[in-house]
Amino acid sequence: MEKLIIVQNLNLVYSDGVESLIDVNLDIIANSVNVFFGPAGGGKSSLLRAFNRLNDLADVARISGRILFHEMDILDPTTDVIELRRRIGMVFSRPVPLPLTVYENISYGLKLAGERRKSRLDEAVEDALRLAVLWDEVHDRLNDPAYSLSGGQQQRLCLARVLALKPDVVMLDEPTSALDPVSTARIEGLLLDLRERFTLIVVPHNVQQAARIADYAGFFLQGRLVEYAAGKELFLNPKLKDTQDYVTGRFG
Amino acid sequence: MDRSNHIATVRRIEWIGTNLLRLITLLTALPVIGVILYIFARGMPAISLEFLTQMPREGMRAGGILPTIIGTFYLTLGTAIFSVPLGVAAGIYIAEYAPDNQLTRLIRIAIINLAGIPSVVYGLFGLGLFVLFLGFGTSILAASLTLSIMTLPVIISTTEEALRSVPNAFRVVSLSMGGTRWQTTWRITLPQALPGVITGIILGLERAAGETAPILFTGAAFFLPRLPHSPLDATMALPYHIYVISTSVPGMPVQIQYGTVLVLLIFVLGMNLIATLIRNRARARRQW
Repeated sequence: MEKLIIVQNLNLVYSDGVESLIDVNLDIIANSVNVFFGPAGGGKSSLLRAFNRLNDLADVARISGRILFHEMDILDPTTDVIELRRRIGMVFSRPVPLPLTVYENISYGLKLAGERRKSRLDEAVEDALRLAVLWDEVHDRLNDPAYSLSGGQQQRLCLARVLALKPDVVMLDEPTSALDPVSTARIEGLLLDLRERFTLIVVPHNVQQAARIADYAGFFLQGRLVEYAAGKELFLNPKLKDTQDYVTGRFG
Repeated sequence: MDRSNHIATVRRIEWIGTNLLRLITLLTALPVIGVILYIFARGMPAISLEFLTQMPREGMRAGGILPTIIGTFYLTLGTAIFSVPLGVAAGIYIAEYAPDNQLTRLIRIAIINLAGIPSVVYGLFGLGLFVLFLGFGTSILAASLTLSIMTLPVIISTTEEALRSVPNAFRVVSLSMGGTRWQTTWRITLPQALPGVITGIILGLERAAGETAPILFTGAAFFLPRLPHSPLDATMALPYHIYVISTSVPGMPVQIQYGTVLVLLIFVLGMNLIATLIRNRARARRQW
């Protein structure tokens, strides 16, 4: 049970005054599916975007606390964000293929990192597509525009694109919210398989999904981490009333 | 009963409204089509290989208009050399890099206002700065620089607009994968915006090619017996030549006047056509 990321007293306020994260303390456990769930506006996405400093692009008025990742303090202004983002990859809620070919999408991150050798790129593209269980479907369409793939394929492409960088952590923010049930099931199965090689942080798009995939689950409500537990504990025996109400579908 | 009456009335108003708007739109297109047809009809008889490739003779009352075509080509090229890199660079900075603060807003307002300045003011500014102060003399260089300043706001604004029309999700994805802003711009945003940028460049240059006032004091010559040999030579140019042969040459054959206007019109419409083709092609290929 190795702690890969340690969050200490994290507070985040947007410039419109909204307190998005309040006193969050939390560990991300390596080689597990770490799930954050709860109603919209609870702070889940803000937390993900703190991990890869994507919040730098948003209107953040104040952020305090510490996020430790290996030897790095993520929030330290001198932290190399480029290096950080290569190690903590992210998949977004709607599949966003870059307007390039399938091959170029997967090799994009490596090219950014300066890899030019064709053989290395070919190898990395195939590995990543196999990891995302997309290779068999697209191996003969590598030079087609990524937009020609179906929605479910596009999302696995986005996952493969992140995996190609061999990150330590893969974050997925409601990765199945734009997908049909079959594609959703494939992605969920995939995440469980990927645990062996990566640490996953997932914001699921509903409670059922959270319960299906969570190794560790945190329930977020209005910026606070209300309850946190290992395994299915949070869904079977929630300790707090808020959690219980949300898990049983009484609100949210 | 009352209800069906109402529906009939609404239908009638809809019919009248639609056709009225259609008629008005046709009327606005009429002058443009009229001008083009008229110029073509009157100018075509003047067009010949000799007209396009020979020097003027007999005090410009005969022969060709080669030096004016070459001159306008040089001026457009010179304008492109200065205004395209500067304009595109500034547009990229404003769209992709500039923080949203007081200074950026001031720069943007300055650029917008630059586009509203009358062209003769640019001409006088160019005379003061390039011709006299910097000592370039009445030359292709001075005129190109003057036209460049006039063209810059068009190129900057269209570049900025084209970049902003690229979905932000692409930037976020690229940055989230460890891309720098420059890598993101160079590999994703700029290529996607390129058709819009090129269209803006062409439209800006097209305006520069047709302008008279900015080159009047800075580079255009009434008549030159030979073609320009260096950027520091003055040159004849189509728009100014049209002004000259319409006002200052007694006994000018009307056919040559219309022919010259037609050549300028084709030059400008040709650029417009290229811009339209690029835009349509890009639109058909766009995936998002």
